[in-house]
Amino acid sequence: MGTLILNATSQTAVGSRVAMSESIKANDLAGTASTTGDPPSTGTTMAIEDVTLRYGDANGVLALDDVSLKVAKNEFCVIVGPSGCGKSSLLYLAAGLNDATSGTIKVDGREVIEPGPDRGMVFQSYTLFPWLTVRANIEYGPKRKGLPAGQRRQIVDQYLDEVGLAPFADHYPAQLSGGMKQRVAIARALANDPAVLLMDEPFGALDSQTRGTMQKLLLRVWERQQKTVLFVTHDIDEALVLGDRVLVMTARPGKIKAEIKVDIPRPRSMDVILEPEFIALKRRILGLLHDEIDEDH
Amino acid sequence: MAQRRTAWTRLTTPFANIPASTATTLALAMWVVVIGGWALLSYGRVVPNMFLPTPGTVLQTTYRMSLDGSLFYHTLTSAKVVILGFIVSSLISVPLGLWMGTYRVVQAPLEPLVNFIRYLPVTSFVPLFILWIGIGIEQRIAVIFFGTFFQQLVMISDCARSVSRDLVNASYTLGTKRSEAVWHVIFPSALPTILDTLRVTMGWAWTYLVVAELVAASSGLGYISLKAMRGFQVDVIFMAIAAIGLLGLITDTAFRIIRARVAPWAP
Repeated sequence: MGTLILNATSQTAVGSRVAMSESIKANDLAGTASTTGDPPSTGTTMAIEDVTLRYGDANGVLALDDVSLKVAKNEFCVIVGPSGCGKSSLLYLAAGLNDATSGTIKVDGREVIEPGPDRGMVFQSYTLFPWLTVRANIEYGPKRKGLPAGQRRQIVDQYLDEVGLAPFADHYPAQLSGGMKQRVAIARALANDPAVLLMDEPFGALDSQTRGTMQKLLLRVWERQQKTVLFVTHDIDEALVLGDRVLVMTARPGKIKAEIKVDIPRPRSMDVILEPEFIALKRRILGLLHDEIDEDH
Repeated sequence: MAQRRTAWTRLTTPFANIPASTATTLALAMWVVVIGGWALLSYGRVVPNMFLPTPGTVLQTTYRMSLDGSLFYHTLTSAKVVILGFIVSSLISVPLGLWMGTYRVVQAPLEPLVNFIRYLPVTSFVPLFILWIGIGIEQRIAVIFFGTFFQQLVMISDCARSVSRDLVNASYTLGTKRSEAVWHVIFPSALPTILDTLRVTMGWAWTYLVVAELVAASSGLGYISLKAMRGFQVDVIFMAIAAIGLLGLITDTAFRIIRARVAPWAP
């Protein structure tokens, strides 16, 4: 923790303002540059700076090695990487559910030290509260915030509509399919109006058809709600269909290996995977990932 | 599969369901076998009536003791002891068990001690309880408490510990504070298993009744069967045993109903 505090103070001392366009440049992301941490700028919602994660003591497994990245406001940023590369761990750090060994993570300029409702998260496993109905699940966050009942009702109704589950408002999670559960989980996270939505392979446990439907739904919701999203997946198609930008991670210890801009126009249909530019990007990412998997063996 | 499944393969398939009517018939048949066997042994004088009363005599005794109100009186006394002991025990074990399962700092000091105490035979503490508490109803309640509390504590602690970490993590990202997690997530999540634990330990509480009424009681089902033993009134002992079993069955059913009401979402 000592290093964290030192880092933060030295950064404010140096504190050079970085414009949005610059802040998401590749050289900044690759973890090569010494962090010129920027004070809250309107452009950057989340800034991960020199984050290292080592499990156990100094000889423990190095899961993340000096990772830096920035997510711009309302950007859909996707991280892909081989399994076990620490991409999920990075998301847990961003959520504040775990502590980094060194480095800082900031959301809207405030350092992340514990979990909070400004960083909503959708997990790969089903995490709906089984004792609450769909409606009460979505209402959970606004209730913790202490919003009045009328306002809560309005929020819940809005997001029930958004994910198309209004007819299931009074069902319990056990009565829902996997895809429906994840739709409620997305609605529940959004109902809190978080600064950033963290998504940890949210469709990983779903069958491929449901996954496609969910991607479409997520894109529609994202386009309408204008949210900052950091999305982790191992599925390259998913990354390219959804993302404005795809960050490719190396095998353990995880580093950001490359940044790929996805300049495919929106709104995107699911047929986008057949477009030549999509295939070209996919080939590039596959190449990058294959290097990793080969190195691993 | 060329041929349709026969009834026999259906009955002998692991985990396969059987028709409700078949299940009920089998349950009734079991009782017929038990009571029929009893009737055969007693009416047929295979076992002398001094040791095994006939179902008829037990029914007569039950009728007689129901009429003069003594059966109701003794049942009420016993139920009071068991239910009070159980309630006092649960009121402490549920919150403490939740804490124990949630916070390692509570578990670390308590668990070794509790695991030591819960293997001690309750009977060995009866003399101590008499010395400390006397011979009133409090002493009997203490026996029930001692028999159930430590078991409950360990089991409820396990209920809390097995709550999904992801569920707690999700609640944090939705704005739950660390201090609120026990109440908002861990308790509701563990509630069905806690109720199951209470149901099971309620059964154990009944089994300690006779131990509780072993010494210095002047009423209760355990007391009358001990007294009946001295007078060779086997029929009274049988009646008392049946009454305890029946009461256990009633509280068990009550707990099932409560669980279905309180946690309709749980399987």
